[in-house]
Amino acid sequence: MVSTRTQFTEELLQLKQQIKDLAIDTKYSLDTAIHLLYEFDVERAKRLIEDDADIDAREEQINDDAVLMIAKQQPVASDLRRLVSAIKISSDIERMADHSTNIAKATIHLGEKHNIEIDPELREMAVIAMDMVDLAVKAFEYEDISLANKLAEMDDLVDEKYGEVVKQMLELTAINPEQIQHIMQVAYVARYIERYADHITNIGENIFYLVKGKAYDLNK
Amino acid sequence: MNETMEKQQKANVAIESKGKENRENKTNGAAEGNHVFEVEDLNLWYGSDQALYEINMQVPERQVTAIIGPSGCGKSTFLKTLNRMVEMVPIVKTSGDIKYRGDHIFANNFKQEYLRAKVGMVFQKPNPFPKSVYDNVAYGPRVHGIKDKKTLDQIVEKSLKDAAIWDELKDRLNENAYGLSGGQQQRVCIARALAVEPDVILMDEPTSALDPISTAKVEELVQELKKKYSIIIVTHNMQQAARISDKTAFFLNGELIEFAETDNLFQNPQDKRTEDYITGRFG
Repeated sequence: MVSTRTQFTEELLQLKQQIKDLAIDTKYSLDTAIHLLYEFDVERAKRLIEDDADIDAREEQINDDAVLMIAKQQPVASDLRRLVSAIKISSDIERMADHSTNIAKATIHLGEKHNIEIDPELREMAVIAMDMVDLAVKAFEYEDISLANKLAEMDDLVDEKYGEVVKQMLELTAINPEQIQHIMQVAYVARYIERYADHITNIGENIFYLVKGKAYDLNK
Repeated sequence: MNETMEKQQKANVAIESKGKENRENKTNGAAEGNHVFEVEDLNLWYGSDQALYEINMQVPERQVTAIIGPSGCGKSTFLKTLNRMVEMVPIVKTSGDIKYRGDHIFANNFKQEYLRAKVGMVFQKPNPFPKSVYDNVAYGPRVHGIKDKKTLDQIVEKSLKDAAIWDELKDRLNENAYGLSGGQQQRVCIARALAVEPDVILMDEPTSALDPISTAKVEELVQELKKKYSIIIVTHNMQQAARISDKTAFFLNGELIEFAETDNLFQNPQDKRTEDYITGRFG
């Protein structure tokens, strides 16, 4: 077999690696954000927010690279789908990182001296979301739609937990009306994690598109 | 206002039912009028070398059908079989059947001249005759016995207009076609093909010798021409096939690997070999 377009193939592999790295770093940004939330660590939360600029820059780089490859290589079929999904997936990852930043902002709003007990269910939600990132990276790596499909089930679990957290927070506001500002921040965090997981599900949809060439709704 | 809306609605219903009719005919596949060519189990040999294997394909009417594939895959041979030009090579043998508008083109009583008049051809390199622009375009009609100057004038004007080159050449009709640019020559050749009022136009890499601007002009022309003619175009330029054709056929080693709507074929080809070829990873 004569293999042609080796440079293009190489560039596509590099792009794939950049996306995987970005996803993994975004997983760590959520991990850190949750850790800082439970530790009331305002200082490091500020630094986490600053670090988001790096993720933004890398997402932009992936976009630029993909657009340049489209212009130079005029890709069709799976090559084209690979580049279109690279742009869309990296955009979802960037939004995920924004939610980690939002959690850090909530940590800052809560401050170091609040006496709200942060619901352990938030951590459970985040753990599922991080597992989803690992699974999505694997599905992306191997272009495996059966793995991508599992993301939808995991997302349902996150949604379920989100519902429970919100319910508990509402009850808390009734008992502690003076704490309402703080309780709201915790509810926001639950919302951010829920949205974070939705973006991973979108990545699953893009893997479907990449493999099958058809749009697919995993968020049903 | 209401009356206008009512009319529009009626028109929409009419269009829908016509569309439905067309779709139904299409599902019948072989319904006459929808396909200019129906190719069945076509095999072709140059001596003992087989160049085409069991080709089955229906060429739609008034659409652009692109044929792509690597060099030597049989696409030009296939094109030349459609107007039986391939028979000019003495060692050629064929089996199978091709129907043009329902008539078997290999049948003994089928007139080759009729096929040649109905199925025009444009080649890779512009090949005008060493004559004036006017005489180039009037050549075919004259061969068919038209002598009246006024009629010929009309045919020349109409053909050059249809080939989108009348405005450029209307004051240069008596100039030698060899003095024109490559892109202009190619459009004169297209006008020459149109002058005999064909039904189908075969194009064998019609833009491969042209610069990008001339290529764009010919591509735009093809879009205009498909309103009146059925076009089959062999091209090495995959982006061109993607841009201008409605259906695309991928040939490989004499076989028709995939024949599909162009949009589908370029976004999501069904055969691995098509994918490898159009993504340039053919090995």
